Amino acid sequence: MCGICGCGESQLTAHTHAHTHTHEHEHVEHSATVRRIKVEQDIFAKNNQYAQLNREYFRQHGIFALNFVSSPGSGKTSLLTATITQLPADCAISVIEGDQQTTLDAEKIRATGVRALQINTGKGCHLDAHSIAHALQDQIPEPNSLVLIENVGNLVCPAAFDLGEAYKVVVLSVTEGEDKPLKYPDMFHAAELMILNKIDLLPYLDFDVEKCIDYARRINPRIKVLQLSVKTGQGMTEWLQWLTISQRLSSIA
Amino acid sequence: MHELSLCENILQMIEQQAKDQQFTRVLTVFLEIGQLSGVEPEAISFCFDAVMAGSVAAHAKLVIVPQVGLAWCAKCYHHFEIQHRYDECPICGSYEFQIKKGEHLRISELEVI
Repeated sequence: MCGICGCGESQLTAHTHAHTHTHEHEHVEHSATVRRIKVEQDIFAKNNQYAQLNREYFRQHGIFALNFVSSPGSGKTSLLTATITQLPADCAISVIEGDQQTTLDAEKIRATGVRALQINTGKGCHLDAHSIAHALQDQIPEPNSLVLIENVGNLVCPAAFDLGEAYKVVVLSVTEGEDKPLKYPDMFHAAELMILNKIDLLPYLDFDVEKCIDYARRINPRIKVLQLSVKTGQGMTEWLQWLTISQRLSSIA
Repeated sequence: MHELSLCENILQMIEQQAKDQQFTRVLTVFLEIGQLSGVEPEAISFCFDAVMAGSVAAHAKLVIVPQVGLAWCAKCYHHFEIQHRYDECPICGSYEFQIKKGEHLRISELEVI
């Protein structure tokens, strides 16, 4: 049984009949007393409770955790491997990878010499705080280390699930179009930092950087923006500075 | 499609309520969905029957109660109704506002026997 929560994960019960519900759902026995009960419970409350426990765990152990979110193919994994390689060797890092299938990303991270745990969400389209709590048991991070969580590539669902991270970092590659912040506003609203990736490709594209930043700030006026290219290394210094300084600041708070 | 896992969370809450409040069957679930919750009512309805099948809430009716979004402008201090996160303040045109209402997803009531 799960040591964190005593859980047995609820399973989707398969329907055995063809999926047309033409009958009315009114088969109430007339003798039974129908009553109404007030519940007033938030559906995200359970996830938020786990997220709070994760956050408290990170705080107690001086761990700085980031949650990387983006659509598939924005370059999150390449950004992580470049980040790991360029950070000083004495910087302790572990990575949690979320994908529906395969362990490919965790293998890419392990090739850098850093520990990585792969979570396969199967049907799931996002990581939740409960799965992170388990991951932290399976791969215990070092005290005062950096935990980098790469969420499932999806600009919609991961926005709603707090994992207990210090910040969400949204990665947007310039091949995706500058209107993404308006089309997927929840994600940009939830993020602290937007990384515009693959800027080495700008000469070949019609991507309007200013417009994109303006759209992102309409959704989230306080969002910080970094422009970089993992491939050429442009902007990596600023990104590593942001990371190092944010980690230090979080240890004061 | 996180609505599937949200329906699973809804079922867990209902099962907990069934223990606490001692009921054996749910007839109706009243679910409040905020305009800015990032939750699609149609997707919830789509998953609901499949997830509730075989539980105390099997065949329960789902009543979705939409909740409007409400924001407070940090520039002109007015409250206004908001449909989307990219809306501007209708009075001063600012994007500097705080969302005060409409981000939640909540079971408000259950009708049970």
